[in-house]
Formats: sequence, C-alpha cells, structure tokens
Amino acid sequence: MSVVIETKQLTSVRAGRTLFSSLSLQLCAGEILHVEGPNGAGKSTLLRIIAGLLSPQEGQVLLFGQPQYEDPELWQRNTLFIGHKPAVKAELTALENLHYQSQFDGAEDVDAWHLLETVGLLGLEDLPAQQLSAGQQRRIALARLWYSTAPLWILDEPFTALDSRGIKLLHERFQHHIDQGGALLLTSHQPLTWSGERLQKIRIEPHDEALGYE
Amino acid sequence: MNNASTWRILKTLMRRDLAVALRRRSDVINPLLFVLIVVTLFPLAVGPGPDILGRIATGVIWVAALLSALLGSERLFRDDFLDGSLEQMVLLPAPLPALALGKIVVHWLLSGLPLVILAPLCALLLKLPFEAWGTLMLTLLVGTPMLSAMTAVGAALTVSLGRGGALLSLLLLPLFIPLLIFAAAAVESTLVGTSAYGQVVLLAGLMLLTLTLAPLAVAAAIRVSVN
Repeated sequence: MSVVIETKQLTSVRAGRTLFSSLSLQLCAGEILHVEGPNGAGKSTLLRIIAGLLSPQEGQVLLFGQPQYEDPELWQRNTLFIGHKPAVKAELTALENLHYQSQFDGAEDVDAWHLLETVGLLGLEDLPAQQLSAGQQRRIALARLWYSTAPLWILDEPFTALDSRGIKLLHERFQHHIDQGGALLLTSHQPLTWSGERLQKIRIEPHDEALGYE
Repeated sequence: MNNASTWRILKTLMRRDLAVALRRRSDVINPLLFVLIVVTLFPLAVGPGPDILGRIATGVIWVAALLSALLGSERLFRDDFLDGSLEQMVLLPAPLPALALGKIVVHWLLSGLPLVILAPLCALLLKLPFEAWGTLMLTLLVGTPMLSAMTAVGAALTVSLGRGGALLSLLLLPLFIPLLIFAAAAVESTLVGTSAYGQVVLLAGLMLLTLTLAPLAVAAAIRVSVN
C-alpha cells in the first residue's frame, strides 16, 4: 500500500508545554488512523499540523513523500480538513452553504439537492443556518465528504453533535472512502466500528514535563 | 499555480461575502447613517453660516468617513474566524494574499463606494462650494480603497483577540493621517482655484502602494491568527 502521509519526529510546543515530541506515524491508502488521547493532549494540534494550519517546532510532515513547504497547493488539493468549527455561514441557507462550499472545492457537477437529501436536510434548505441545530450545521459541513475526491481526510471530532443515524451515515461514508483507496485521519471520543488491519490507533499522552517560557 | 482555479475560488469567495453582507444589511447601512448623522450635527453645533461650514466641510466629511471605516471593521474577519471559515480560507488551493485582496474589494464595495455616492449629499448639507464637489468625490474614490485595505490589516491582526475594537482604532487612526492631509489639501486647492492634480495623483499612488502591500500583510496576519 502506498504511504499517503508520514510524519517524522514531530514535536509541538504550545504555550510552553510540550504536547508531543518525536512523534512519527505513517498512514497508507485505505487505512484509518484514529488519534486518541485525553482532552488537551494535543490531538487537534497534531491534526492542524498535518493539515498545514500550524507548523511544528521540529520534524516534518510528508504527503506522498513530499514535504509541505515545497508545494502547498498540492497539499491543499489532496487534503480535506474539517475542524471543530463547521465553517458554515450562519446567514446563508443550507443550500447556499453547500453551493459555495462545492465551488470552493472545485466540484462543478455537484447536485446540491441530492447532497441535502443524503445528509438528511431536505425540507430545511431555505432556512438560514443560524436557525438550525448544532447537529444540522455539522451535517452541512460534513456534506463536503460526499463529493470530495481528496485522498486524505483530516477530521477533528466529526461525530460531535450528530445523532446516531448521522453517525451511522458517516461510518458508511468512511467505509466507502477507504474502499476507494482513500486515507482517513480522525480524532473522536466515540468508539469506531472498524476493526482489524485497516484501523490503526495512536495515543497521545499528556506530557508532564513543562518547558516553561524562555 | 493554476490561475483558472484561483480566479474561480476568488470569485466564489467574493460572491459569498456579498451574499452574507446582503443578508445583514444593517451592518452595511449603519456606518453610512453614522456619516450622515455626524455631518448633520455640525451645522447645529457650529452654526449654519456658509462661511464656517464651507471651510470645515472637507475635514468633517473625511473625519466622519475615517470613523465610519472603524465602525464594524472588527467584523471584517471576526465572523469568519469564529465560524471556522477563516481556517478553511487558509486551506484553499489559492494564494492567500489574492483572497485577502478579494476580501478588501468586497469591503470597499460595501463601505467605500456607498460613501463616494453619498458624498454630494454630505457636501450639500455642509454647503461645500459646488466647484469642489468633484474633487471631494475624487479624493473619496481614491482614498476609500486605502481605508479598506488598512482596516483589513488591522482587523486581521486583532481578529484572534477577544475585544480588539479599541486597539484597532488606536492602531489604524494614526495610519490614516497622510490620507486625511492629502485629501483635505486637494479639496482646498480646488477651493482657492488651483489644480488638485498633484494631491490626487499622490493619493492614487498611496492607494496603489497600499493595495499592493496590504494583502501580503493581511495574509501573514491571518496565518498567525488561525494558529
């Protein structure tokens, strides 16, 4: 299996605290990597580093064997990051949000109505997103996954605020993605239904050693 | 770099921002009402005589424009920051300074351009002699893009601070001084019957310089803010 993403000796220090040091991991096509750890351990930081939003203090991240700084656009085209914040515009309707988001992602032939139906928001399409619940807003954000062709998905707590049907739907979508040879990196406090070789786990433990401000 | 996709992303960003702004019309209209009210307050305060009003008109209109630029400038990136759109913007496969320029242009369309259109009404209210109206509008047309660009730099720098409003005003107002000096001088020249060409060209030069450099500064500030 081809390696999609690889980190080498990553170290991240935030606010004088070492979150993780010398973290190396590898994620191949068709695999899921579940990052575990208690609150504040640095799971989100790791995901944001891999997505390219943060830079690590030390170490490097390689996407298809290429370091990040060499070609940021390759990076941006091949990864899809959805963080804690859904990036859904509160003033726009679900339909408009989906429309603009698919334009950003360069997916020209997206049937926004079909997408709405898939994520279970049909009938709510003309309400401004601010009138929708947190879970429904989450669904708007996650609708990107149904047309995305990015090989690497980086999802920070994707199940937050979703109901059990939504979680099941998302699991099915993940399964489809890895069957297609995609890779998935996620954090979640929810147990995942996968088992066996395709699911890897990595645990980030809080460091006790504080570096202090210099 | 793929120019076609950069252009497509830029257009989408601008269309979305315009759509969001049109859903929240009060954010667009309030700064304009503010300018109108400030301008109508002056005749009440200093007396309606055309000799005084006509002389201070340019200054009043421009100072009101500067202050209105600060109103709501916090919002320029705040909502995007809070709902996560800002970090998604950083991750878009397009150069971030280009997207920052797009944001500046949208801000200008919604704050600067209406001000230029409103200028004759303000000039009328303050009895600015008619021959100077054209110059006043011209200075606003050339000066307001600069206001938008500098406001964007300040807003991007303070977006991750909880309450950056007062800090933002303190950061930005001193930077507006050259703009104010040249704009007032241009209108003054027209009033005394000489050409305002020099001042307007200088303002245009400043505008081009600001519009070239500000997107880079905004992009750098956004990268720091989403950390």
